[in-house]
Amino acid sequence: MSQERVIGFHVQRAGPLALLQDAGRFGVRRLGVTQGGPADLHGWAWANRLVGNAWGTPALEVTFGGLTLVAERDMTIAVAGADLGATLEGSPLPPWQPVILREGQTLVFGAPRNGLRAYLAVAGGFQAEPVLGSVSCVVREGLGGFDGRGGKLAEGDRLAVTIDARRRVEGRATPEPEKPDYRQSAVLALLPGAQVADFTGDSLFAAFNRPWRIDDRADRMGVRLTGPKLTCRIDSLISEGIGLGAVQVPPDGQPIALLNDRQTIGGYPRLGALTPLAASRLAQCLPGQEVRLATTTHERALADYRVFRAAVGDSIASGN
Amino acid sequence: MIQGERLPRIESAGLDGWMVRLFDRIDEANLAWLGALVRRCEAEFGEALIDLVPSYTTLLVVFDPLRLSPLVARHRLEMLLKGLEPEEAAAAGEVHELPTWYDPSVGPDLERVARYAGMSVQAVIDCHAGQEYRVFALGFAPGFAFMGLLDERLEVPRLDTPRKRVPVNSVAIAGRQTAAYPAVTPGGWNLLGRTSARLFDRDRDGFSLLKVGDRVRFVPVDRATFEQQGGDATPVEASR
Repeated sequence: MSQERVIGFHVQRAGPLALLQDAGRFGVRRLGVTQGGPADLHGWAWANRLVGNAWGTPALEVTFGGLTLVAERDMTIAVAGADLGATLEGSPLPPWQPVILREGQTLVFGAPRNGLRAYLAVAGGFQAEPVLGSVSCVVREGLGGFDGRGGKLAEGDRLAVTIDARRRVEGRATPEPEKPDYRQSAVLALLPGAQVADFTGDSLFAAFNRPWRIDDRADRMGVRLTGPKLTCRIDSLISEGIGLGAVQVPPDGQPIALLNDRQTIGGYPRLGALTPLAASRLAQCLPGQEVRLATTTHERALADYRVFRAAVGDSIASGN
Repeated sequence: MIQGERLPRIESAGLDGWMVRLFDRIDEANLAWLGALVRRCEAEFGEALIDLVPSYTTLLVVFDPLRLSPLVARHRLEMLLKGLEPEEAAAAGEVHELPTWYDPSVGPDLERVARYAGMSVQAVIDCHAGQEYRVFALGFAPGFAFMGLLDERLEVPRLDTPRKRVPVNSVAIAGRQTAAYPAVTPGGWNLLGRTSARLFDRDRDGFSLLKVGDRVRFVPVDRATFEQQGGDATPVEASR
């Protein structure tokens, strides 16, 4: 594969939030550096898979839409994840499959129709200088992205790809069962954590038997869930590391599920942690949507995760 | 041995992590145990290791569940804990002196803290700069080190309303902790002054000046020295 960089896209209109994401920034969390990475691992991995990219290849996470890109060359692309009403030269862009883009053509992401975050992958991947080992863009920390400074896409930006972008792929579309309908009420699998026994019985019953509504306060750091007030016998902890998907409950009793851009440590008691796929699914929910929480086991969660990784072509997932 | 009820414990922290809880209270002596555990995990988890997040009383161990199944990872941690001994050398870290200009223009809470503590401003400065601190954890922002334990006399609550923009390199206290802000962020700690040290540098090996276990001393300098060392003397009010 060639890493020679060329300009692939010109940003004609930036939209509210489009970010470059590889798998995330790892090994530096002990320095207080956020993980970053795609909020919806599933959509991101499928977009890459469809154009023949390896796990971890940088792709574009488009939140909400409003983005217009003009192709500066012929490329093979794929869009997966949310349906943001994407069009190519004014016609609906077929999602979840490889698509040939011609130089000069215009790709538009409109507004959410099903889900919140779409992923645009290009054969060979988008190119940027890694910062602390990753190109993942964390705006709050000023790290990563195309500019290396945590900048989201802006009008006039030119996005680098490799000369491999024109590569044709032996592409097949994503199988139907792998394409979620994000409008459905999701059941989010959660591994119970150490403080689960510190919640009252009523609260635990409510947590896992009542619906939760996605609050307006939802971003890449975390998603607030509104519903019955949960009561925990402890209201704070000495700050400790926070894993992806941790569901913390501040004293107001309304849980917050923490996603990729969460801070590295925190001190609220937790119900547990969503599985990686549950956290991904949550990241596709719009404010007002309902979700439910359901406990799971490590065995079940690992089996589901292996199936997912094998489906997106990871050989390691089918090994050991 | 490690003190505390039912400690150490290994707790679920999701599919790719285990929380190792060694202690139930904040103590400098924890650092030698946490340092030893960090070193053992680095040696034992190999390429399956994704991240280690040490904090006051815990170590979050994050691994790739495809390379190491969660139950095997847990078993490995149990084995590590059995033979664990504190290693002061693993936790001792580096010694840092942070040149700090203590002045109301860059430390607008100096006078408030002095009133609260019933001390003069100079006594507050002498007290803050008069001891060595250990770094207990990093978090909140890249390179933001939570240091302690601050002298009880300077124990002052956080601001009722956090500042929207705390200038970079502000030196601050809250509760029994102290810190220096590596970047402009919101913050509710009491600002005493500003350091000229470069706290987080993406181009430096190791990135963060301060790491868990390091020993830190704030060294008072005058404005001229502070500026000579590259410090930005813009008053807090003006830099909002």
